[in-house]
Amino acid sequence: MSTPMGFGRMHRKEDARFIRGRGGYVDDVNLPGMLYGAILRSPHAHARIVSIDTSAALAHPKVKAVITGETLAGLNLAWMPTLSADTQAVLATDKVRFQGQEVAFVVAEDRYSARDALELIDVEYDALDAVIDARKSLDPDAPIIRDDHEGRADNKIFDWEAGDKATTDAVFAQAEVTVTQDMLYPRVHPAPLETCGAVADFDKVTGKLTVWCPTQAPHAHRTLYALVAGLPEHKIRVISPDIGGGFGNKVGIYPGYVCAIVGSIVTGKPVKWMEDRSENLMSTSFARDYHMRGEVAATRDGKIQAIRVKVLADHGAFNGTAQPTKFPAGFFHVFTGSYDLRAAHCEVTGVYTNKAPGGVAYACSFRITEAVYLVERMIDVLAMELGADPAELRMKNLLRSEQFPYTSPTGWEYDSGDYQKTLQLAMDMAGYDALRREQAEKRDRGELMGIGIAFFTEAVGAGPRKHMDILGLGMADGAELRVHPTGKAVLRVSCQSQGQGHETTFAQIVASELGISPDDVDVVHGDTDQTPFGLGTYGSRSTPVSGAAAAMVSRKVRERARQVAAAMLEASPEDLEWAVNESGGAWTVAGTGAGKTIQEIALAAHSSLELPEGIEGHLDATCVYNPPNLTYPFGAYICVVDVDPGTGQVKVRRFIAVDDCGVRINPMIVEGQVHGGLADGVGMALMQLMAFDEDGNHLGASFMDYLLPTAMECPSWELGETVTPSPHHPIGAKGVGESATVGSPPAVVNAVLDALRPFGVRHADMPLTPAGVWRAMQGNPIRTDLAIS
Amino acid sequence: MRVSVTVNGQNYVRDVEPRLLLVHFLRDELRLTGTHWGCDTSNCGVCVVQLDGVPVKSCTVLAVMADGHEVTTVEGLEKDGALDPVQEGFVQCHGLQCGFCTPGMLMTARWLLDRNPDPDEGEIREAISGQLCRCTGYENIVRSVRWAAEKEASV
Repeated sequence: MSTPMGFGRMHRKEDARFIRGRGGYVDDVNLPGMLYGAILRSPHAHARIVSIDTSAALAHPKVKAVITGETLAGLNLAWMPTLSADTQAVLATDKVRFQGQEVAFVVAEDRYSARDALELIDVEYDALDAVIDARKSLDPDAPIIRDDHEGRADNKIFDWEAGDKATTDAVFAQAEVTVTQDMLYPRVHPAPLETCGAVADFDKVTGKLTVWCPTQAPHAHRTLYALVAGLPEHKIRVISPDIGGGFGNKVGIYPGYVCAIVGSIVTGKPVKWMEDRSENLMSTSFARDYHMRGEVAATRDGKIQAIRVKVLADHGAFNGTAQPTKFPAGFFHVFTGSYDLRAAHCEVTGVYTNKAPGGVAYACSFRITEAVYLVERMIDVLAMELGADPAELRMKNLLRSEQFPYTSPTGWEYDSGDYQKTLQLAMDMAGYDALRREQAEKRDRGELMGIGIAFFTEAVGAGPRKHMDILGLGMADGAELRVHPTGKAVLRVSCQSQGQGHETTFAQIVASELGISPDDVDVVHGDTDQTPFGLGTYGSRSTPVSGAAAAMVSRKVRERARQVAAAMLEASPEDLEWAVNESGGAWTVAGTGAGKTIQEIALAAHSSLELPEGIEGHLDATCVYNPPNLTYPFGAYICVVDVDPGTGQVKVRRFIAVDDCGVRINPMIVEGQVHGGLADGVGMALMQLMAFDEDGNHLGASFMDYLLPTAMECPSWELGETVTPSPHHPIGAKGVGESATVGSPPAVVNAVLDALRPFGVRHADMPLTPAGVWRAMQGNPIRTDLAIS
Repeated sequence: MRVSVTVNGQNYVRDVEPRLLLVHFLRDELRLTGTHWGCDTSNCGVCVVQLDGVPVKSCTVLAVMADGHEVTTVEGLEKDGALDPVQEGFVQCHGLQCGFCTPGMLMTARWLLDRNPDPDEGEIREAISGQLCRCTGYENIVRSVRWAAEKEASV
C-alpha cells in the first residue's frame, strides 16, 4: 500500500515494534536495583480495622519495607483526593469499605517474595454489616459507610437533575400513551489485558520523581501528584509508556501508584508495582451500575413527546468517578438521544455502597452508554406497546438534517447530523424487510430469531473550558510542532494512545496540513517532560481536541512558512497561495509558476536568509486548542440473533454497524475502533457482569467468572459509513473511539428481546446469559447484580 | 533448581525457584519482554509461546517444566531480518491495536498455519478462541491470519 500524503488507509507506524515483541509496557521497565511492591487487600466488604501486625513480614529476609495506613498518615498521605472532589483511602486506617481495598504495601527484592510477605501480615478486623444493594443504601437503618465524613448521617452522595421538570410533567399528564420501564445497566469492568501498575523512581540527589505508569492522562497525574504529595511539579516526570489497553480503566490515580511512590521515597530505590488480574477487577475503576426508570410519553400514532428518567447511581465506597466537575452524572443528560421531542427531565441520585469506587470508565463517553441504552430500550418498549415496527418508529422520530445545529431539551447543541440517511443505509445493508420476513417464518416454526436496532448520538471531545474542567483543570489540550531544517517534523501532543494509533493518525493530520509524507512526521506523546499540557485521552477526545490542536498548530507553521516563502520569493505574503500536489505542499506566487516547497522553506527558515521585521526564524509553533463545542458522532446499528429455545443460548448471527464520525482520517483505524467496541457490546449484553453476594463478596474477580467475548462469540462485523463533517472541528472529524461501545449493547439486547417476543417479555437486564434468557422465557426475569435473586 | 532451556534457538542455563512460572522466566530472567502476562487463570492468552512447537500459556507452565525443551517466543519469529508472514499479515490487515495480545496471537497463528496452511474463518476463530483481544473484536485478526495463509500459498 502506498503511503497517502494526508488522510487515508495507511498502515500503522506503531506496528513495527508490536509485531516484534518490542512494545515497551510498564512491566517491561527494568531499572538497576529495582524493588517490587505488593498490596495486601481486605477480605471484607465492610469492617473496622482493630490492629495490623507487620512484624513477621518485616522479618522476611527479602522484605525492605512494609507500609500501612499509619505510615502514610504520618506523611499526610493516608487519604487522597478523587477526581470527583471526594477522598479515597490510599491504605485503610479506620475501616475497610469494599472487598479488595488496599490495607498494606510490602516492598521486597522480587515479586514472589513481596507476595509471600503479604501472608505474614496479621490484620484483625471487626466485621460490619455491608451495604451491597444500592436500592437499600438510603434505608434509614443502612450502615453509614463514610463515617470519616464529619456529621454524615446517610449514604447519599448527590442529587442532580437536568431538563425542565414542569414542562415534562405537563406533557406526560396529557399524553395519549405512556410507558414505564425499570432497567439496570449492571456493573462491568473494562478489563484491559494489561493490568494497572507503576514504576516509581525518586532520586534523592536531584529531588526528581519519575513515574512510569500506563495512564491515559499523564499531565493530570503529574499535577495531582504535585498537589497531593506536595512535590514541586517540575520535579515530577510521568512517563506513560505503551499501554496494553485502557478503555477508561487507566484514567484515575490508584492507591498502588501512590504506594509505589512512597515505597521509592522510603527505600531510596525504584519500586515496581503491578496488580494481578483479580486486583484489577476488584479494585480499579469499574463502569456503569445505573439503576434506571425510564418513562416515555407519546401520541397514539407514535410521535414521541417527552422522556423522564430517574436514576440511582451506585458509586461504590468512594466517589471516584471521572468526569467534568459540573456534571456529577457525567453526560447522562444527553439521554434524549437522537430524537426530536418537546421535553425531558432526569433526576440522578448518587449513593455509596460497599463496593469498589469508580463508575465512569469503559469507553462510556462520560455515561452516554447508560443514556443511549436507556433511550434505545425505551423506544423498543414503546414500539411493543404501540405494536409499531421499531425501525419505523425510530425513523419517524429521528431528528431531521435541517434541524441541525439542534439544541436538545436538556441543553446540548448537536453540531451536525443526517440521521435518516444513516439508519436507512443500515437497514439496506441488513436487508431489513427480508429479515422480518425470515423472522415471521421462523416464529411459525417455533424458532427464536431477533432483530435489534439501536441509533445513538454521542457527545465527545470534552470540552469547552468555560464549561468543562476536572478538578479545576480546564479541558483544553496543547500541541507543539517542530519542523527541522530538512522539512521533517515532530509533533508533541498531550493525549496518550492506548492502542488507537495516534502515532499514525496524528502524523496524517500534520502531513495533510503541511503537504509532507506522514513518514516524515514523528509523534511524541506520553511523557510529561516532552509534551505540552493537556488532559489526555478518554471520552473519545483525542481526535476532537488533540487532533484539532495538531491541525491548528500545523496551520500556524504553514502561516510562518508563508512569511518565509515571501521573503524567499521577494513577494508579498498576501500574493502567495498554498497548494498541495503530488510532490508536496508549496507556497506559490499567484499567477506565476514560482513557488517554494515546505522543505525548501524549512531550510531557508533556518538559514541566513534575511527575514522581514517581526518575522522570527524557524517554523516551530505551539498552540492550545479550546474546543468551541463537543462533537456529536452518531450511528445506526442492527443486530440479528438466534436464541436456542431449549437452552436460552444467544448466538449473534449478524451485526451491521453504520457509523458517522465525520471526516475519517484513517478509515482502517476507524473501522478497527468500531470492531472493538462492537465486541464490547456483545460482551456486556450477553456475558460480562460484576455481581456480588450479600456479604459483598465479588463474584466476578477473575476471567473464570468475569466472562469476556472471544472470537467464537463475535460475528464477522458488517460496517458501513456516512460522513457528516463537524462544522466546528478544523478537519471536520468527530471522534469514534467509544461509539460502538456506546451504541452496540442496546442493539444486542433489543435483538434478544425481539426474539423473545412470543413469550411476551418486555424487558430483561443484561447480561442475557442462557440462564437469564431462560428465566425471562419463563416470565420471571432475574435481577442480575445480586447473587441472591 | 538448574534448568537448561533453548529459547529462540539459543540455550540458557539458569538457577531458578521451582515455582517460577515460564512467563516470568522469559520476562524477568531472560529479559524477553515480548511475551506478556495478563491474568492468573489461563484465560487471556497474552502469554502464549510455543513449547516444542505447540502453543502453551506460559503462565501455566513452570520454568522447570521447560527444562530440556525448546521455547519459541515472538522475538523468534523474525528470521534473518525477514518478518514471518503472520507478522506481516497483522500489519497489512490492522490485526492489532494496543499490541498486548499480539505476541500470543502471532504464536498461535504460526502454529495454526504450520498444521493447516489453508484455514477458513471458523478454523481461525477456533484456534484463537483461548485468547482474548479487547481492541479488535477479532475481525482483523482473522483477516490477518488469512492474509498470511494466502501469502504463504503464493510463494
